[in-house]
Amino acid sequence: MANIVIDRIRKSFGTFEALKEVSLTINDGEFVSLLGPSGCGKTTLLRIIAGLETSTSGDVLIGGKSVIGLPPKERGLAMVFQNYAVFPHMTVYENVAFGLRMQKADDARVKTQVEKAAGLLHIEQYLDRYPNKLSGGQRQRVAVARALAVEPKVLLMDEPLSNLDALLRLEMRTELKTVLQSAGTTTIYVTHDQTEAMGLSDRIAVMHNGMVEQVGTPVDVYNYPATRFVGGFIGNPPMNFIKVPVTNGQVTAGSEPLKAPKETGDEVILGLRGEAVQLAPLPLGLEMKVRVAEPMGSHLLLTGSIHDQPVRVILPSSETVRSGDVIGLKLDPNRITWLSPESGKSFPAATAR
Amino acid sequence: MTNNRSWIPYLLILPSVAFLALLFLVPLLQTMWLAFSDNGLPSPANAQRMMADINFSRSIRNTFLLTLAVVPVQLAIALVMGTMVAKVGRGRETILWVWTIPLGISDLAAGLVWLSILQNSGYFNSLLLGLGILERQASWLSYQTPVALFFAIAVAEIWRGTAIVMVIIVAGLNQVPREFKEAAEIFGAGPWTRFWRITLPLIRPALQSALILRTVLAFEVFAVVYALGGRNFPVLVGEAYNWQNQNQNYGVAAAYAVLIMIISLAATLIYLKVIKVDPERLP
Ligand SMILES: Nc1ncnc2c1ncn2[C@@H]1O[C@H](COP(=O)(O)OP(=O)(O)O)[C@@H](O)[C@H]1O
Ligand SMILES: [Mg+2]
Repeated sequence: MANIVIDRIRKSFGTFEALKEVSLTINDGEFVSLLGPSGCGKTTLLRIIAGLETSTSGDVLIGGKSVIGLPPKERGLAMVFQNYAVFPHMTVYENVAFGLRMQKADDARVKTQVEKAAGLLHIEQYLDRYPNKLSGGQRQRVAVARALAVEPKVLLMDEPLSNLDALLRLEMRTELKTVLQSAGTTTIYVTHDQTEAMGLSDRIAVMHNGMVEQVGTPVDVYNYPATRFVGGFIGNPPMNFIKVPVTNGQVTAGSEPLKAPKETGDEVILGLRGEAVQLAPLPLGLEMKVRVAEPMGSHLLLTGSIHDQPVRVILPSSETVRSGDVIGLKLDPNRITWLSPESGKSFPAATAR
Repeated sequence: MTNNRSWIPYLLILPSVAFLALLFLVPLLQTMWLAFSDNGLPSPANAQRMMADINFSRSIRNTFLLTLAVVPVQLAIALVMGTMVAKVGRGRETILWVWTIPLGISDLAAGLVWLSILQNSGYFNSLLLGLGILERQASWLSYQTPVALFFAIAVAEIWRGTAIVMVIIVAGLNQVPREFKEAAEIFGAGPWTRFWRITLPLIRPALQSALILRTVLAFEVFAVVYALGGRNFPVLVGEAYNWQNQNQNYGVAAAYAVLIMIISLAATLIYLKVIKVDPERLP
């Protein structure tokens, strides 16, 4: 019932187009991340959904009803801001209670809701304190508790973990997932951190330059990126792109021919995940010159070049490869993404599904 | 830093302390001595003479009434102006600049501006005559029209002194991150609630500074009153001026000066207590 439909939203700031026709549907109870580099328009889109910003054109529907003319408070949503925006002049209790007080809830309901939300976020012992005395992680919890206390139909979060240090971020991420799973709220989560988006989301919308490049489950966007940008943005190390010539509809990787999609021209880009390779003896495998070999413990990270184009691949830590070696690699044909050098888009038909 | 260098901070603040002592503390002590001595001996004579004067209670009443009328109105206007200008995008600086023009005019000049408007042959009467509202020139600033005189002085003071309050308020408003108001809006607070429950508490330090500054200045009102009302509207500083220059009685003038200082200090203390700024509750 609280599904969200974003219908051809555009937004210009003067002559600058921050959003170029964005459309996206989020199902009831779903957790969707807006993932993209800084400045791609994630916050702008979120603020338009919230009603804090007007769109130049397009529509937003929540629960089947257009909300585009409605003020934020009539949209039935709650929001967690990047810098938390926890009110410094109110105690944690009053902060968490704020939305309920605005709804004129009676004291008994305020109390039960605040205690419930505080319990979920483990901030019961701070309820009498002022936010100034709390750490970043604790303020973060207060902001989430404030949002959950009103039991919103829709929860919007703008980079809620980006101000925390790495360890705390990991801890809060796991906790957010637990809390939000049990709440069953439709959630839009803005982040530029791909591991956060991968770990938390049911689906990810990857944004770039004011457009949505791909929407899909974390596994789908990882394995089958729709564009070169998505492949390069998601994954660590990012996807490798190797431009190779196509002869008779085939590409030769080592001595093994690979069948290229029939839409390709003279050249095609192989999108190759770093871990989708195996060591193979040399004339058989594709030749890679290893510049640096880094044993990471859990795996072995190799940086070097194939066909004079930079690549990073990952091998099991049991393999012994040293800096300066020349090795052969066998590619997993099912895990190759074929991309057009002209458009940067992948050929969907050829990509194994 | 090692222990034997602990005198360095004191050395560094010495010039400013000496400067203050010389130009502030010494005259202050001299004034106090002047007020509470007679022929070189401690005496309450000056204070008694001040209080026995017929203008004493009138000047106290007038000064307080004026302060009570002017300061709250100025604060309200400054808040409205500050909130309005915060919503303006382009041209904000120009608007602020125009609004602060009265700040650049000396208080005596401001008084003369309003005198030229409100005197018998002034612009205000000309306007009313031109519109046919009046048949002949009315007088607004005489001792026979104390209410009109009070209003005229209050309006002139408000015109002259609101800008400083607004500047402080605008500075305070600029410090409040946009997200606080947006968060309140998301969680259902209307404009009125946002103003009272979020904005106002968050600009407490600015409010406190503005009120202290403006109230102290209001107790020292003089030139505008002098220009508009002359001696028809006695105020504390005006009385000090008269005792000093007309009556050549420096003792009583000093007693007035000390009284004004005590009132100002008391007002400051009250503001510090009433509008307490708790650092724990600031952003
Ligand atoms: N109020 C504004 N006025 C002008 N440009 C803006 C405004 N808000 C955002 N932008 C621009 O729109 C683009 C997208 O911004 P934003 O949505 O904040 O990006 P993100 O959240 O993805 O980092 C940026 O280039 C930013 O400079
Ligand atoms: Mg952003």
